[in-house]
Amino acid sequence: MNLSLLILLPLVTALVILFCNGLKQVRVAALVGSVAQLAVSVRLLLSYQAERAAGNHSPMLFESKQEWFSSLHINYHIGVDGISIAMILLTASVVVAGILVSWTMDKLSKEFFFLLILLSMGAYGFFISLDLFTLFFFLEVAVIPKFLLIGIWGSGKKEYSAMKLALMLMGGSALVFVGLMGVYYQTGSFDLMQIANTPIPLDVQKFFFPFVFLGFGIFAALFPFHTWVPDGHASAPTAASMFLAGISMKLGGYGCLRVATYLMPDAAHAYSWIIILLATIAIIYGAFATMMQTDLKYINAYSSVSHCGFVILGIGMLTRTSINGAVLQMVSHGLMTALFFAAIGMIYSRTHTRMVQQLGGLLKVMPFISTVFVIAGLCSLGLPGFSGFVAEMTVFMGSWQNPDGWYRFATILACASIVVTAVYILRAVGKTIMGPMDDHYATLTDASWNEKLAATILIVGIVLIGVAPFLINQLIMPGTDTIMMQVGKAITQK
Amino acid sequence: MVTEFFILLKQELVITAIVFLLLFLKLGKDRSNESVLTIVNVLLFVNLAAGFFGNQEGTIFNDMFRTNSLIVFEKNILNLAFWLISLQSYAWLRTHKHVIEFYLLLLTSLLGMFFMISSGNLLMFYLGLEMSTIPLAAAANFDLAKRQSSEAAMKLIISSAFSSGLLLFGISLVYGVSGTLLFNEIPAHLSADPLHILAFILFFSGIAFKISAVPFHLWTADVYEGAPVAVTSFLSVVSKGAVLFVLVPILYRAFQPLAGTWYNILFVLALATIIIGNLFAIRQNNLKRFLAFSSIAQVGFILVGVSAGSPAGMASVVFFILVYVFSNLAAFGVISLVSALAGKENVTDYKGFYTTNPFLSWILTIALFSLAGVPPAAGFFGKFFLLIAGAARGNYWLISIAALNMVVSFYYYLRVVKAIFMDSNEQPISRITVPVLPKLSLYICLVGIILTGLASFVYDYIYSLSYGL
Repeated sequence: MNLSLLILLPLVTALVILFCNGLKQVRVAALVGSVAQLAVSVRLLLSYQAERAAGNHSPMLFESKQEWFSSLHINYHIGVDGISIAMILLTASVVVAGILVSWTMDKLSKEFFFLLILLSMGAYGFFISLDLFTLFFFLEVAVIPKFLLIGIWGSGKKEYSAMKLALMLMGGSALVFVGLMGVYYQTGSFDLMQIANTPIPLDVQKFFFPFVFLGFGIFAALFPFHTWVPDGHASAPTAASMFLAGISMKLGGYGCLRVATYLMPDAAHAYSWIIILLATIAIIYGAFATMMQTDLKYINAYSSVSHCGFVILGIGMLTRTSINGAVLQMVSHGLMTALFFAAIGMIYSRTHTRMVQQLGGLLKVMPFISTVFVIAGLCSLGLPGFSGFVAEMTVFMGSWQNPDGWYRFATILACASIVVTAVYILRAVGKTIMGPMDDHYATLTDASWNEKLAATILIVGIVLIGVAPFLINQLIMPGTDTIMMQVGKAITQK
Repeated sequence: MVTEFFILLKQELVITAIVFLLLFLKLGKDRSNESVLTIVNVLLFVNLAAGFFGNQEGTIFNDMFRTNSLIVFEKNILNLAFWLISLQSYAWLRTHKHVIEFYLLLLTSLLGMFFMISSGNLLMFYLGLEMSTIPLAAAANFDLAKRQSSEAAMKLIISSAFSSGLLLFGISLVYGVSGTLLFNEIPAHLSADPLHILAFILFFSGIAFKISAVPFHLWTADVYEGAPVAVTSFLSVVSKGAVLFVLVPILYRAFQPLAGTWYNILFVLALATIIIGNLFAIRQNNLKRFLAFSSIAQVGFILVGVSAGSPAGMASVVFFILVYVFSNLAAFGVISLVSALAGKENVTDYKGFYTTNPFLSWILTIALFSLAGVPPAAGFFGKFFLLIAGAARGNYWLISIAALNMVVSFYYYLRVVKAIFMDSNEQPISRITVPVLPKLSLYICLVGIILTGLASFVYDYIYSLSYGL
């Protein structure tokens, strides 16, 4: 399995799009490219499982390494474990769904699809990188398309949101950059696996860990740097919102785990109380802030802040189960939020409003879209049978395993936030699709084939994780174990 | 001896030959501007190509003049930049009365820079520097109808004269304490004595003027704004690049005993330059002024690389200047076309530019992203390597502040992008037909921006040369 394919395919797709003319050609090219990408991702999953079944226990599979800047010891080094494969599958599904819901994007369609594909390329490259330079490179590749997507095709105060998002994310990567410099000069290498085997002194870790963790944390909506999330999501066009929540915020979570925690476990241990404090605040604050929202997109955006808090909480707790839960939550939240935004986009494109109080009774005219909306909502509030339950439950269980009293208190608080989630989700869903319907909504149509397909892809993922969590657990467990081994070393040394 | 003289001085001699050819062309029968411009651009291409063949290392004139692979490479970068500028100014020079004189002045200036880069002696360095500055002041005055242009020339000549004074004072003190002007012999006589440090500070102030480092940056914005775009791009790319090229060996070799001192000075100056350049760039509306301040900030980043004091630092500086040539000239190329053909230079004029000129919009956007340091543009690699080299000293606070300043610079570059793509405008700049030669230069810049970084052999090649400090 050649992993470079994951970068080459989007690249080729993007180049083909440049030579296409008109919406019809462009969208077909984008769809073909993204479906091919999904096929490659599934193929990757299968060959990964075959390798593991054959008894290959090396932490990273399908590695390939090429010198890039030899004088600086920078390599193009790629490889995957279960966690990255889960992320890649998530990305591929969200990309296909995002392209399907933008099927009728006729404003500057060529540029639009080009940027979507470019963004996905950044994400794929990020998830397969085993070299910190390559990783950072792809992290930044993914920033600019977001700025343009929101600023050109967005709605509302789009320029403001686009600028805010771009600057905050660039700020995040600047912090990551400083951290990487420190690690590089401490260990003489950018190679992830090599650095993991080189012990870094505690004071050095303590100095650079905050840079890396905060930097990636900004991407993952870490409190108090979450402010780009609501504005960015609300102003973005539907597909971009899906990409932002489904892919882009996962870059941050993955980075916190793979770079910050994995490479500097001692510092992760030392700072875990701050991480948990911030995560708990994000969870509670995000939930209550959502209660106050009346715009569907803002509701979903603030609830994302709350849900991403679980990811950070899981990482901060540093137990095997909690880290597993964090990864599960990333996947689950990615699928669920993308579905939510897709449904909101479908509703908005028909009713031209996202205000909860102006909507009502949509179930009568658009049963499919309403059902999708309900599924997304129920998944978000953690109903068993959907991925949200599995992920959040795992995080809570894992967090409880951490014996410290204050950490348990934080876990209880985080659990309690679910009640708040239920309140705002049920309220929004109920008001939107039930109740009396405004007369001028009576002529609206239900979802078209492309929208149905997009929603189906995401729902399949959500339900699959929900009813058969062992499938994905099997996948990510070896990856978690690799990280836990590092963390374990750190704890036993004390 | 004679053949060695010709081979080592090859690049200088080619330029001198072109200067004389142009003089004869001027004295001969009248030609149309188009044909003259074609001839000149072909000659400049020949000049560029000639730099890649038959080079040797060595010194002549009793070590006054030296050359090696790195120096040849640096001169090639300058040749390339000059050729690109010449291609870009086609639209403007087509209707100008004094095309040949324009080239005579700039070529003479380039010749001066070549001698400066090759200098092995402070006297030679000073001669080259002066030879490069004085014609530039005349060239800055080349928008004959504009008063601003004369003002720019006046400001340039006065501030240059002042900085040259400082420089000379510094050089004379160095001579006083060491009794020699040769780079190779100076270090043996220098120590951390206050007088020696004073000599260095005076010398460095003069240099800081030329590269417009804070606090000697005040002339930059006015001169950039007033001068014709071609001269502005020459000043900001070629002229700065040349001085930085020569600054590195002077610091690393001649002032090696004062390394501790100049590291501290560079540290403070780099931060001040980055921060002040950024803060002023935020508020500019005129694009030339905007690029002036942004180029001040870029110099700050280069100084971070210079402060490394290692082969990696040297390589990153040369690499960044190559990247900067492509990025900045792509931006200036678009601006000069719009300025010559539509007469507009303000950020607000560029609102809705994408609706009428998608090609130029993308070039300008990619150039600005490269200047901002966004991958996959080469600027990302350039900045990364500068900071990586600077970080080798272990001063992470400097690196953090520089990295965070990249975010600030990101804001003002994105402001222009926002105007181009997102703001609506009743009357956007009308559609511009790009002549062939400027188009060629824009394509070269585009390829340069994309490939210089991704294709790692460029950096590795420069790195392999930089051992021969």
